[in-house]
Amino acid sequence: MDQAVRELSYAQAIQEAMAIALETDERVFLMGEDIGVYGGAFQVTGDLVERFGADRVIDTPISELGGAGVAVGAAVTGLRPIFEFQFSDFATLAMEQIVNQAAKMRYMLGGAVSVPVVMRFPAGSGTGAAAQHSQSLEAWLGHVPGLKVIQPATPHDVKGMLLAAVADPDPVMIFEHKLLYKTKGPVPEGYYTVPIGKAEIRREGRDLTIVATSIMVHKALEAAKTLEAEGIDVEVVDLRTVRPMDKETVIESVKKTSRLLCVYEGVKTLGVGAEVSAMIAESEAFDFLDAPIVRLGGAETPIPYNPELEKATVPQVPDILAAARSLATGSR
Amino acid sequence: MAQAKTKDLPAGANLPFIYREYSAERLKQALHKMYLIRQFEEGAEESYMRGLIHGTMHLSIGQEASAMGICMPLTNDDQITSTHRGHGHCIAKGAEVSKMFAEFFGKTTGYCRGRGGSMHIADVSTGNLGANGIVGGGIPIAVGAALTAKRLKSDRVVISFFGDGANNEGAFHEALNMASLWKLPVIFVCENNGYGMSTSMARSTAVPNVADRAAAYAMPGVIVDGNVLSEVAEASHEAVRRARAGEGPTLIESKTYRYRGHSKSDRNRYRTKEEIDDWMTNRDPIVRYENELMEFGIIDQAGIEAIREAVAKEIADGIEFAKASPSPEIRNLERYVYTETV
Ligand SMILES: Cc1ncc(C[n+]2csc(CCOP(=O)(O)OP(=O)(O)O)c2C)c(N)n1
Ligand SMILES: [Mg+2]
Repeated sequence: MDQAVRELSYAQAIQEAMAIALETDERVFLMGEDIGVYGGAFQVTGDLVERFGADRVIDTPISELGGAGVAVGAAVTGLRPIFEFQFSDFATLAMEQIVNQAAKMRYMLGGAVSVPVVMRFPAGSGTGAAAQHSQSLEAWLGHVPGLKVIQPATPHDVKGMLLAAVADPDPVMIFEHKLLYKTKGPVPEGYYTVPIGKAEIRREGRDLTIVATSIMVHKALEAAKTLEAEGIDVEVVDLRTVRPMDKETVIESVKKTSRLLCVYEGVKTLGVGAEVSAMIAESEAFDFLDAPIVRLGGAETPIPYNPELEKATVPQVPDILAAARSLATGSR
Repeated sequence: MAQAKTKDLPAGANLPFIYREYSAERLKQALHKMYLIRQFEEGAEESYMRGLIHGTMHLSIGQEASAMGICMPLTNDDQITSTHRGHGHCIAKGAEVSKMFAEFFGKTTGYCRGRGGSMHIADVSTGNLGANGIVGGGIPIAVGAALTAKRLKSDRVVISFFGDGANNEGAFHEALNMASLWKLPVIFVCENNGYGMSTSMARSTAVPNVADRAAAYAMPGVIVDGNVLSEVAEASHEAVRRARAGEGPTLIESKTYRYRGHSKSDRNRYRTKEEIDDWMTNRDPIVRYENELMEFGIIDQAGIEAIREAVAKEIADGIEFAKASPSPEIRNLERYVYTETV
């Protein structure tokens, strides 16, 4: 099918995906704080309440635990809720329902039910919102069997992966970096899906693999351009899904380049890049490595308010450049 | 709570609570602080507009009588937990505006050494245990502080400020139950400004008044006009007395209104301009308090002018102090994550 492609922002792409889901599936509805007339804290739901009515775009009280549980209950009994957290940080208030209920219900009931709930989490630092509004908690949820956890990096992917999430019979957690909302990219009209659990090679290269997530994909691509001029040919793998992880794509890339740099915004220790590194160390790609794996992750600190400190807390392009340069020339 | 009908009072009759309770000097100080809160926030807003402050902020302009009235009966030793809309609480409890501006500017001389910003502003030395980025986050913490007060027999009371939106978080309900069960010296102060972000009380809460929740936890629930300083202070005074006497917690609902948007990104699509104008022109807490003070002969126009000017200077000096202060060094990024052992 030929679908016209337009430039949309990441936020518009999400809104379009939700509108398509609402139009095409009666079971779909949205829940969240201030997603109605306010249009969502980041204006992602926008005017959907005017188009689909307050029965399907529901403003909840400020009750994350209860709200998430209501979404789980509705999902188990036949509806398809898309639950928006105002900030991903507030997942911490709803962990009980996400981790103990949504993730395990199907398993505990021996497969008798499914929990087709979608939860959306505006995540990440860079907005000056300090320690309780800037976290990257994807690794927390990625640690829980029963959940699927995705981090789309482009408008194209977020639309397709959100539609895949709605169609998915299991709970899907979407981490959306707040700084991506205004970024633009080509998005096909109409319905399409991008598979959950599949990484994407954003740039092919021979010398070094960077596995990046979310906004770090864009920083890695920017760094790759500079490195190209220096004669370092970087392959950038956009992981896209944290759980289930696309091991094959990463393994094949590392076998080709023999060097691995992981770049992610969440706290470095026990983060997504820790899992990627361990996975490679256990795999057949290990024998291909010409140098130790390098990880660039968030500093071991809450996100500070001061803008300079805040920037220093998460990997920036110059950090990627420095790490890639030394990795490209390093050896074991 | 008895409504203070000052206009109807014959000369010599009972004056509203604060005029019986506090000296003229204290009453003038209260006006000074209410102006300090308002001008601090106006100064912060202007600095934000000029790009000197980044991030976002939640202004409490219009709610000054609530913060001030609650804090009037408190001593420096009493404690509070505050909210994302916490500048007024911080100042009412005794913080200096210069160190608050420094925090907003992200400087090391700020109360949180540039790590917290507006949403976490607090002067711990004057009993403020923290503003909070999590709606309802401070409520159980206040109960814990009250448990300490009871165990250590410190005679201290703890105030927990929160908004109407917070009354729908589980933390609120769990905290109120424990406080009442254990008769702790804590006072729950709901500053009901009608909305949690865009969501009105009617659209978020199954009871008409947050104070109605008190019945479920066997404590007094008191409603006051949050824009009338004396009413707020009187309710606080009685709740503090109860708490210090070991009679347990009180829930005070202070009905008020925020003039500004929820944060810096609010388009005010959920309320009318008429509603905002009505509150601003007819129920402004500072104007109402000033009128009372003048009516009772405590201050005249020149006295008010003098307060305004003094406050304006304090604000200008505070901003200069903040601008001139140093920023934190990157090498100290991981400081304060854990307690330093020397
Ligand atoms: C747990 C949690 N949920 C949501 C938010 C986002 N948020 C910040 S303030 C706010 C509204 C709070 O309303 P209210 O308690 O009435 O306080 P007000 O802003 O009116 O002072 C919301 C939804 C948050 N900070 N924390
Ligand atoms: Mg409110």
